[in-house]
Amino acid sequence: MTITERPAEEPRPSDPRAPTSPAARVYWQARDTWTVTKRNLRHFMRQPRLLVFSTIQPVMFVVLFAFVFGGIATVALPEGTEYIDFLLPGLFVQSAAFRSTQTAVGLAEDLERGVVDRFRSMPMSRAAVLAGRTLADLVRSLAVIVLMIAVGYLIGFRFTQGVLGAIGAILVVALFGYLMSWLFCWMALHVPGAEAAQTAGFVIVFPMVFASSIFVPLETMPDWLATFAAQSPLTHAADAARALSIGGEALRPALLTIAWCVGLLAIVIPLAVRRYRTIT
Amino acid sequence: MRVPSPRPQPPVTEGFVPDAPAVVVDDVQKRFGDTVALSGVDLAVAEGEVLGLLGPNGAGKTTLVRVLVTLLRPDTGSARIFGHDVVTEASTVRRLIGLTGQYAAVDELLTGRENLRMFGELFHLSRREAARRADDLLERFDLAVAGDRPARTYSGGMRRRLDLASSLLIRPRLLFLDEPTTGLDPRSRSAIWDITRELVAEGTTLLLTTQYLEEADQLADRIAVIDHGHIIAEGTGDDLKDEIGGQVVDIVLTDAAQRPAACRAVPDADLGQGDRNLRVSVPAGDALQALSRVSLALRDAEIRVRDVGLRRPTLDDVFLQLTGGDPSATSPPEGTASGTEEGVA
Repeated sequence: MTITERPAEEPRPSDPRAPTSPAARVYWQARDTWTVTKRNLRHFMRQPRLLVFSTIQPVMFVVLFAFVFGGIATVALPEGTEYIDFLLPGLFVQSAAFRSTQTAVGLAEDLERGVVDRFRSMPMSRAAVLAGRTLADLVRSLAVIVLMIAVGYLIGFRFTQGVLGAIGAILVVALFGYLMSWLFCWMALHVPGAEAAQTAGFVIVFPMVFASSIFVPLETMPDWLATFAAQSPLTHAADAARALSIGGEALRPALLTIAWCVGLLAIVIPLAVRRYRTIT
Repeated sequence: MRVPSPRPQPPVTEGFVPDAPAVVVDDVQKRFGDTVALSGVDLAVAEGEVLGLLGPNGAGKTTLVRVLVTLLRPDTGSARIFGHDVVTEASTVRRLIGLTGQYAAVDELLTGRENLRMFGELFHLSRREAARRADDLLERFDLAVAGDRPARTYSGGMRRRLDLASSLLIRPRLLFLDEPTTGLDPRSRSAIWDITRELVAEGTTLLLTTQYLEEADQLADRIAVIDHGHIIAEGTGDDLKDEIGGQVVDIVLTDAAQRPAACRAVPDADLGQGDRNLRVSVPAGDALQALSRVSLALRDAEIRVRDVGLRRPTLDDVFLQLTGGDPSATSPPEGTASGTEEGVA
């Protein structure tokens, strides 16, 4: 064999040097993350399962829960509160929690199919695959919440706390959803395969969603369950979103939600990225 | 956007240790629980060389590749790519290599073009450059027509070509092909071989793993045979054939049921590729004597023979002799591919 120089017309990276300055590092982290985000956003549009999870399922929940439980649930609500008004902010949280199981499944599939191997053998940011996926989830979360609001308005839901309240409610839930995405990324990096990720996600999320103030006020639950549910971050997120939407004590649940999210993100992001770097 | 770096860095292409070989593996060991995947591998690949890493399933080929492409840390020992340690200088190593794995690692929901653009951007090409390069590669790899279809609709051969193209957005100095044709039909396999030869002709250093002897013989300058986690032989195809002796007595029985009896009659025979085949390796010199000894032994044992003859050893014989394994697992499957080129076109 002869030792041949690379042909001159071969493309070169726009910056072929290893990023050494912090600014260059941040720039490439951001660009890689955006590239992966675009990829995952395309997935939402092209994968029927994800499209169903992002559109039909949340709409079904809004409509079914409102009409099926509306009759009896109103009894437990404060005088004059419609169930749809109580329910919808809770459903924002419920749908964010359910969607995050799909985050785990998608990442587990990438791992199974070798796409992650390719990413990890490339000179790209070591956080971008996870950061891009969770960022795409965040974008989707916002879109789904808007869709749920639109459907809610059709069947009687109304924000009563003004535009800022509504935006606040959406942001609180989006933050919570972002936390869930990272938690489930971390989980997917520890279970063998997409099916296991799906099962583990379901087993964790389902009881958490019901043992909270998402569907019914805690006062209607037995004491032991209400005590547990009162500590749940899902309860805080649902209470915050509800108060910001239709009134009530907003500050405390909002601060608790933010504390939970920021605290757990500070732990789970480094753990997930480290796991991604060393997974075999 | 270009962000100036505070101190001068050697550009990637020149940023190598002068005269460092493409690959140096020094006593690499890797265990998974109780399973020893690599038990002390030593290996070197020169720049511009094509090394075929040949071994049966589970021999440790893929594990070794995963160590070399920075996906897996070795337990002990070290590996260097162009002088850069795969553990401590992993990010430098990733700038020098390309990986095409055993399972086509492309994004099935994206189109071929979107896949290549994405990987181009992740190799830090500009958007425009990534797009241009994607078009070039689609053209070159005969995927231009299918470029805007989701990769999920591609045949096995098309996926493998897309996977290979994905490693070439930036021309790597060292390309790893991990079983690039496993599961492909003969036509798709030869298409991959053609592309591989072109890359080699352009000067790409190649480390190719395969369980197909023919593939190693066709593509590689040098072959390393790996079994049970270590390298058991190394050399050109001819070196290896010479190593096991000048000639082989090839025996084809009339009746497969007589093979155990034939083995007893000729104790130094190895099982051959088919269920009627036996072979005896003959050191250079006494080939005719061996032939007559084998013939007499078979006749005395009243074994019916369809064919007995002398021939040069093939890599199959080498492999058999070295691994003592069953070579049937190492032959290219005929027509067991995951779809032909036209299947989904």
